[in-house]
Amino acid sequence: MEMPPPDPAILARQPELVKRLSGALSAGAVISDPAETRAYECDALTAYRCAPLAVVLPSSTQEVAAVLRICHDMRVPVVPRGSGTSLAGGALPGGDCVVLGVARMTAVLETDYANRFIRVQAGRTNLSVTGAVEADGFFYAPDPSSQLACAIAGNIAMNSGGAHCLKYGVTTNNLLGVTLVLMDGTVTELGGAHLDAGGLDLLGLVCGSEGQLGVVTEATLRILPRPEGARPVLIGFDSSEVAGACVSDIIKAGVLPVAIEFMDRPCIRACEAFASAGYPDCEALLIVEVEGSEAEIDEQLGVILQIARRHDPVELRESGSEEESAAIWLGRKSAFGAMGQIGDYMCLDGTIPVSELPRVLRRISEMSEEFGLRVGNVFHAGDGNMHPLILYDANKPGDLETCEAFGAEILKLCVEVGGCLTGEHGVGVEKRDLMAHQYTPDDLEAQMAVKDVFDPKWLLNPAKVFPLAASEPRRVAAE
Amino acid sequence: MMRPDTEAELADAIGSATGPIRVEGGGTRATGGGGAVLRTGGLSGITLYEPGALTMVARAGTPLAEVEAALAAEGQRLPFEPMDHRGLLGTKGEPTIGGVFAANVSGPRRIAVGAARDFLLGVRFVDGAGRIVANGGRVMKNVTGYDLVKLMAGSRGTLGVLSEVSFKVLPRPAAVATLRLSGLSDVDAVTALARALGSPWEVSGAAHAPDRAATLIRIEGSEASVRYRAGALQKLLAGFGAAEIVTDGAENAGLWAAIRDVAAFQAGSGDVWRLSVKPSDAPRIVAALPECRALYDWGGGLVWLLAPEGKHMAAIREAVSAAGGHATRLRGDGPGAYPPQPPAIAALEAGLRARFDPRGILNPGLMGD
Ligand SMILES: Cc1cc2nc3c(=O)[nH]c(=O)nc-3n(C[C@H](O)[C@H](O)[C@H](O)COP(=O)(O)OP(=O)(O)OC[C@H]3O[C@@H](n4cnc5c(N)ncnc54)[C@H](O)[C@@H]3O)c2cc1C
Ligand SMILES: Cc1cc2nc3c(=O)[nH]c(=O)nc-3n(C[C@H](O)[C@H](O)[C@H](O)COP(=O)(O)OP(=O)(O)OC[C@H]3O[C@@H](n4cnc5c(N)ncnc54)[C@H](O)[C@@H]3O)c2cc1C
Repeated sequence: MEMPPPDPAILARQPELVKRLSGALSAGAVISDPAETRAYECDALTAYRCAPLAVVLPSSTQEVAAVLRICHDMRVPVVPRGSGTSLAGGALPGGDCVVLGVARMTAVLETDYANRFIRVQAGRTNLSVTGAVEADGFFYAPDPSSQLACAIAGNIAMNSGGAHCLKYGVTTNNLLGVTLVLMDGTVTELGGAHLDAGGLDLLGLVCGSEGQLGVVTEATLRILPRPEGARPVLIGFDSSEVAGACVSDIIKAGVLPVAIEFMDRPCIRACEAFASAGYPDCEALLIVEVEGSEAEIDEQLGVILQIARRHDPVELRESGSEEESAAIWLGRKSAFGAMGQIGDYMCLDGTIPVSELPRVLRRISEMSEEFGLRVGNVFHAGDGNMHPLILYDANKPGDLETCEAFGAEILKLCVEVGGCLTGEHGVGVEKRDLMAHQYTPDDLEAQMAVKDVFDPKWLLNPAKVFPLAASEPRRVAAE
Repeated sequence: MMRPDTEAELADAIGSATGPIRVEGGGTRATGGGGAVLRTGGLSGITLYEPGALTMVARAGTPLAEVEAALAAEGQRLPFEPMDHRGLLGTKGEPTIGGVFAANVSGPRRIAVGAARDFLLGVRFVDGAGRIVANGGRVMKNVTGYDLVKLMAGSRGTLGVLSEVSFKVLPRPAAVATLRLSGLSDVDAVTALARALGSPWEVSGAAHAPDRAATLIRIEGSEASVRYRAGALQKLLAGFGAAEIVTDGAENAGLWAAIRDVAAFQAGSGDVWRLSVKPSDAPRIVAALPECRALYDWGGGLVWLLAPEGKHMAAIREAVSAAGGHATRLRGDGPGAYPPQPPAIAALEAGLRARFDPRGILNPGLMGD
């Protein structure tokens, strides 16, 4: 993976830049000591690191605007940052970049139950949004596994999903409005407490734009009344094909579970070793969760179990209590940690049409042999969003490269069968150079044209999302 | 008139055009504007339907009726309940699936499940320079690159002409019921709707028709679940009077089609406005507008307003922008049907138009310049 070399002219202006930034922000909000900027050298894609030129931690929309005006004026690239949990390197800085972190902007600005929304500063963590409303019986639906740490700002930039998006949708479906500061410091309001756009759907365009169109400082989010209850069922199968067919039959039957999660044998074994969740040792396992009153749950699980039985499950475990529900979810929720115990891993995120599941899983296990690296699969089966976890050894020369090559082949396969490179983690730097496998030059040109409009000088998170070669003319022209 | 049969022909037609083009799906919208008509009807047909994956792909000119029939045969439907504008606008023709997404047309269920834009998974379109562009795909989760799918939804043919759309569908539930409260003031009705929408009982429609003093709350699902939730809501709303429960399927369909298609304002004359506002603001906004009649959907978040012909535009705009939201005139003549945007937003929109339609030939002036 390559990053554009830092611009020596910008590096030379660092003292002036730091002086101007310090003048615009409150004390302690500008970090330029290399010992401290190191903390911002990477996100959760830790294979790539680079300390930024400086870090700013503004406290308000006005301060964000002031920072951006200065950087715009001095032509310094800016990398917005939430909590740094991106798995795609979305928050990875270049050496000549200012990292603009919104971690100090965590306030709840307005809670409105009659109209079912909450307005927060964008640095607030995902889980603490729900935390602010749950005592009153509400919740914020998108629930990435990283929800304890990740910020709403990062969720919006990546259009993050979660285990329950089969029913509730992803971030873009739960976002009502944002305050967006453009690179030149202009503060704009998109959307609000009302629904849909009066003109073009710029809010929809900004969500998922990976910090390249503007800096989000505040967000209006839809909150929902908490369902009366929820209960999962665990179903084990002796083949992935059959598990895949079962998923499709459940969906066709008209019940709409809130989640259908899938794990394959390598992943099940890792989770067992790590969390002792009591999972059966089988080829594939589904966790299907439904919501409602007790009676409604019983009725839906009845339909699901009936379908599952037609597929000869090796295990059927219906939860009858909160403890049993927690036990069923325990392994799934610790899947990433469990794989991490075995070794270093790379987490992929391609999506495929649900009908292609068996074929893709078979091909992945063949490739695992070819590349000589182990892989475990855990994913959101209801929507086809796969998370193959490839194990490698970071200390073994060449292993990371082999792992990356293997990963790239899996993602190309996802595209080939009618899917896409990334379902919820974003392109970042990680999948940047694979974009040409999914999109034609004209497709990419149309996307880059959007950035031209929002950020004509290509200063915001410039080396992400688009293949470097494709974005180079624009980045160079802007300099 | 241009009527391409393939995407390549569509690209040719736009690329070689020398003047303005008026994009027409079914042509069920009334307002014209100048330019050569480009009809999408030749780009027709469902190209893929996987009920087990809840996804369909169709060419943009496919009649909506054909899409709905194919879904019904598998017990599925378009969840966002697009309205039929023909009654309100006095137009003829067959609405197309491309027109529905191009105008982001959503009905009463939008409040529960999302708008047309939330179900659109992928687009293929030809921009104003004749370039073929694809974005999104046919899978439900996709964050690969920018979301031009959302940008195209609701752009009404001003950025490009859709050639193909892929979208998510949902199962059609077995049962439906509507609670009907009577005699409530607008303020009380919107409060009751908010109470219902804030409950865990998954309300899929929340409307108030002042003309009939009827407040409607819809629930859908399995027989047993609908019965249970209707009872629970009846109890919750006891303070608003005794709720009658309508369980007959045909009667329910009629009730909600009337809300969806704004039946109350179809006959007669007058301008029809569509206001999107914060629900609890709606009664106050309506009360401040003289001579206007209102119909509330989306728990109050969508107000259909019937105003005397050519009157009160300034007052409507003023009231809505003071509260936050937007107003579009759906029926009525003269300029200014679409809401003006603040300067910074207007500049972004103009910038996007200049990029996607550099010659300014696609539905020029339709959404402002
Ligand atoms: C263990 C683990 C589990 C995860 N599980 C999931 C999951 O289930 N689903 C899922 O979708 N993701 C998941 N992720 C990925 C990650 O958590 C999400 O992408 C998350 O939304 C990133 O949020 P963040 O605040 O950490 O953003 P960061 O990592 O700080 O930044 C992410 C992107 O957002 C941009 N950005 C940040 N702040 C702003 C701002 N204010 N304005 C504009 N752009 C901004 C950055 O420039 C960058 O491109 C997981 C990650 C980990 C480590
Ligand atoms: C001034 C005005 C405002 C309106 N605002 C709304 C609104 O806010 N919400 C709402 O629900 N309905 C609105 N409508 C109604 C809506 O536009 C149509 O009734 C609906 O889209 C019917 O589909 P159709 O196939 O008949 O499309 P048409 O009536 O033929 O076209 C609808 C719109 O989409 C464009 N279009 C059609 N096909 C394509 C395509 N393949 N690619 C790109 N663009 C295409 C057309 O140029 C036109 O702008 C409005 C109508 C008018 C006259």
